[in-house]
Amino acid sequence: MEEFLVSVFKMAVPLLLCSLGTLFSEKAGTVNIGLEGSMLTGALFGVLGSYWTGSPYIGALIAMTSCVVLSLVFAFFTVTIRANQIVMGVAINTIATGLTISLNRIFLTSASVVKVNGFKSIPIPFLNKIPVIGEVLFDQTVPAYFAYILVFLTWFVYSKTDLGLRIRAVGEYPAACDTVGINVARLRYSTLLYGGIMAGLAGAYISTGQLSAFSEGMISGRGFTAYAAVIFGNFTPLGVFRSCMIFAVGMGLQYRLQAMDTPVSYYFWMMLPYIITIVALCMYRKRSNAPKYSGIPYVKG
Amino acid sequence: MAILEMKHVSKYFGKVAANVDVNLSVEQGEVHALLGENGAGKSTLMNILYGLYEQSSGHIYLNGERLKLRNPKDAINKGIGMVHQHFMLVPTLTVIENVVLGMDSNHAILDLKKSAEEFAEMAKNYDMPIDPWAKVSSLSVGQQQRAEILKALYRKASILILDEPTAVLTPQEATALFDVIRRLTAEKLTIILISHKMNEIMAVCNRCTVLRQGRVVATMPVSEIQDASQLAELMVGQQVKLTMDKKPSTPGPCVLKVQNISYKDKHKVSRLNKVSFQIHAGEIVGICGVDGNGQSELVRCITGLIHPSEGQILLGAEDISKEHTSEILKKGVSHIPEDRHKMGMIMDMSINENLILMSFHQKPFSKNKLLNWKWIRSHNEDIVETYNVKTPDIYERAGNLSGGNQQKFVVGRELDRKPALLVAMHPARGLDIGATKFIQQRLLEESERGAAVLLVSTELDEIMELSDRIVVMNSGNVVGIVNQAEATRERLGLMMASEV
Ligand SMILES: Nc1ncnc2c1ncn2[C@@H]1O[C@H](COP(=O)(O)OP(=O)(O)OP(=O)(O)O)[C@@H](O)[C@H]1O
Ligand SMILES: [Mg+2]
Repeated sequence: MEEFLVSVFKMAVPLLLCSLGTLFSEKAGTVNIGLEGSMLTGALFGVLGSYWTGSPYIGALIAMTSCVVLSLVFAFFTVTIRANQIVMGVAINTIATGLTISLNRIFLTSASVVKVNGFKSIPIPFLNKIPVIGEVLFDQTVPAYFAYILVFLTWFVYSKTDLGLRIRAVGEYPAACDTVGINVARLRYSTLLYGGIMAGLAGAYISTGQLSAFSEGMISGRGFTAYAAVIFGNFTPLGVFRSCMIFAVGMGLQYRLQAMDTPVSYYFWMMLPYIITIVALCMYRKRSNAPKYSGIPYVKG
Repeated sequence: MAILEMKHVSKYFGKVAANVDVNLSVEQGEVHALLGENGAGKSTLMNILYGLYEQSSGHIYLNGERLKLRNPKDAINKGIGMVHQHFMLVPTLTVIENVVLGMDSNHAILDLKKSAEEFAEMAKNYDMPIDPWAKVSSLSVGQQQRAEILKALYRKASILILDEPTAVLTPQEATALFDVIRRLTAEKLTIILISHKMNEIMAVCNRCTVLRQGRVVATMPVSEIQDASQLAELMVGQQVKLTMDKKPSTPGPCVLKVQNISYKDKHKVSRLNKVSFQIHAGEIVGICGVDGNGQSELVRCITGLIHPSEGQILLGAEDISKEHTSEILKKGVSHIPEDRHKMGMIMDMSINENLILMSFHQKPFSKNKLLNWKWIRSHNEDIVETYNVKTPDIYERAGNLSGGNQQKFVVGRELDRKPALLVAMHPARGLDIGATKFIQQRLLEESERGAAVLLVSTELDEIMELSDRIVVMNSGNVVGIVNQAEATRERLGLMMASEV
């Protein structure tokens, strides 16, 4: 049981980082399905960075930087050029797939890199001795601690700050924001870049934090799941937290059941988290908190 | 000395000249009316003053100092506030959140409680109480407008622009607004008011500036205005016929028979209670009442957008109370909806496309599922010309038209279908004097042609002038039905306010 919880909490970390990160840009009215590609890019550069410098932390920084560049491209085309956001998201995903495969073969496969330095868990003294939750909560890596603190931080920024108010308003009625002097484009740029940073960190956590290696296509839908968590979480920080945990339980179950040697095919259990995602999204029809101007570029005047 | 001056201001949208060499001078503490036909450039001029648009040429001076407005924030910082023709409030946020939204003085961590206290205090001082914690979507239109005005005042506006503030208000709310305006000018605030309603201009304004096709044609004290026709002539540039010749109607067979219909909304609140009346061919029946007393629900029931919980709606001999809207429209019903943006048009489509929304599946609009664009184009150009819709061409994005011109093409589209029953809700909302008379004249012609017309309006004059019979509504009930000859303002007013 304890082992199961540990794996669920680990599984939830990248989802939390990515979906809490993208919550702001979604709420501000941009639809970014390029998260999958961003996470994949982050995963590769995390490993590359760790391989080059020997430090997974510098690796994570390089991962975040690479994703900022991707987000900048996405923001430029969707906000400034007003290209279709879904098409751009698909483009980012396609580019990321090709890019990571090429770079992986050039730098890692050819040099037969098997493992790089990964994040080490840093137990918190005393707290980690608490039965059950001690190991689950207080014997984690830095990005994992950060992910859980981020839940609180995101909630705070979202509901208590001036920035949070602007973000909530922009996706709802950009023209009104314009009339009170809010720069809609700038706000959308910043939230997209921030979302990129978090997706990069999430990707680096998956590669350097869990396996200490990169494999092609290793994100396998977790970027999309993070996006689904924002919708299923009804665009609120706590809702996003809740749905990430539900999805993480689904993933944890998947690994458990795969390992348990059940008569059902291994491939069936692989589908499980995605089936949970789909069922969850179907059950959740009332999207009361979804921004009204989601996916619609803003034209001034 | 003038507090605000706009000198030689011009604004072009591509080839469209919205403002040409405009000079406007406003004194401190006055209420300055800005008048003009639909599309004359009033909103555009004010949007320039508010920093939303940049003028193509010309300068703005505040207290003799030249203003450079790059965005609304610059204007707000100079004490200019604006309440837009279409409200700029975020419906999902509370009043106080809307009020502080985007303010420079906000701390990174908001103290909404403190702001709400200050705001409520200020609102009380201006005699405009409002709950700062109410969600905007739950407010009535009048309250939303109050929130908008207070929002500007909270930002310390000393010049307040009101763009057609009364277009969507009930007469009572409008009267309350004028009290507020008087009170604000007593405190040395300066107000620029855009309005199409003569009586309002006479009641609260000191001076007025008239725009025609983007140019200023006159600036004068309102005391020098003799009558509505003089003003209309200034605006249009030629004599406008303001009287209407309604011929006595010769009612034909019954077209619409509403029998005891009731409707409860999703909160189980009764909105319509056993409403009955009928309209014969060639007759105009007016529905009058304070906005929100069941008129919207009644119209929605007749057009099939909602279904009454009991009762019958007979169109000819057929019961349509359970029918789908598309079926009802096919039976020869036209609908001019109350909210053109939400129900009457698609902002991002061209006028050409908007004009065929109702009929594209019929001959000669289309043949074998293919649209006959050539025919459609010439047809639509006729409508645009007949209804005097001001637009560079029919391919213009509908949302770019001025508010009144949007209304005109919606009306044009609906009348063009030669309906057996015309349901018109606030058909002249946002229209200038000339266009209002034109549309009203068209309604009369429709009834003379033999159409049954249901006219819903909050303007008593409009109702009394056009209707053969007047159905007075109050809280979902029919208070009484009055013939045109017996209708007086006092009598209708009493009935509208009466308890049932
Ligand atoms: N964003 C825009 N793009 C292109 N043309 C525009 C735009 N805004 C306004 N126009 C054009 O400029 C002219 C003036 O429009 P404006 O909205 O200022 O009129 P108005 O006087 O406020 O009319 P109304 O009484 O109907 O509101 C119109 O011909 C309109 O079509
Ligand atoms: Mg206007």
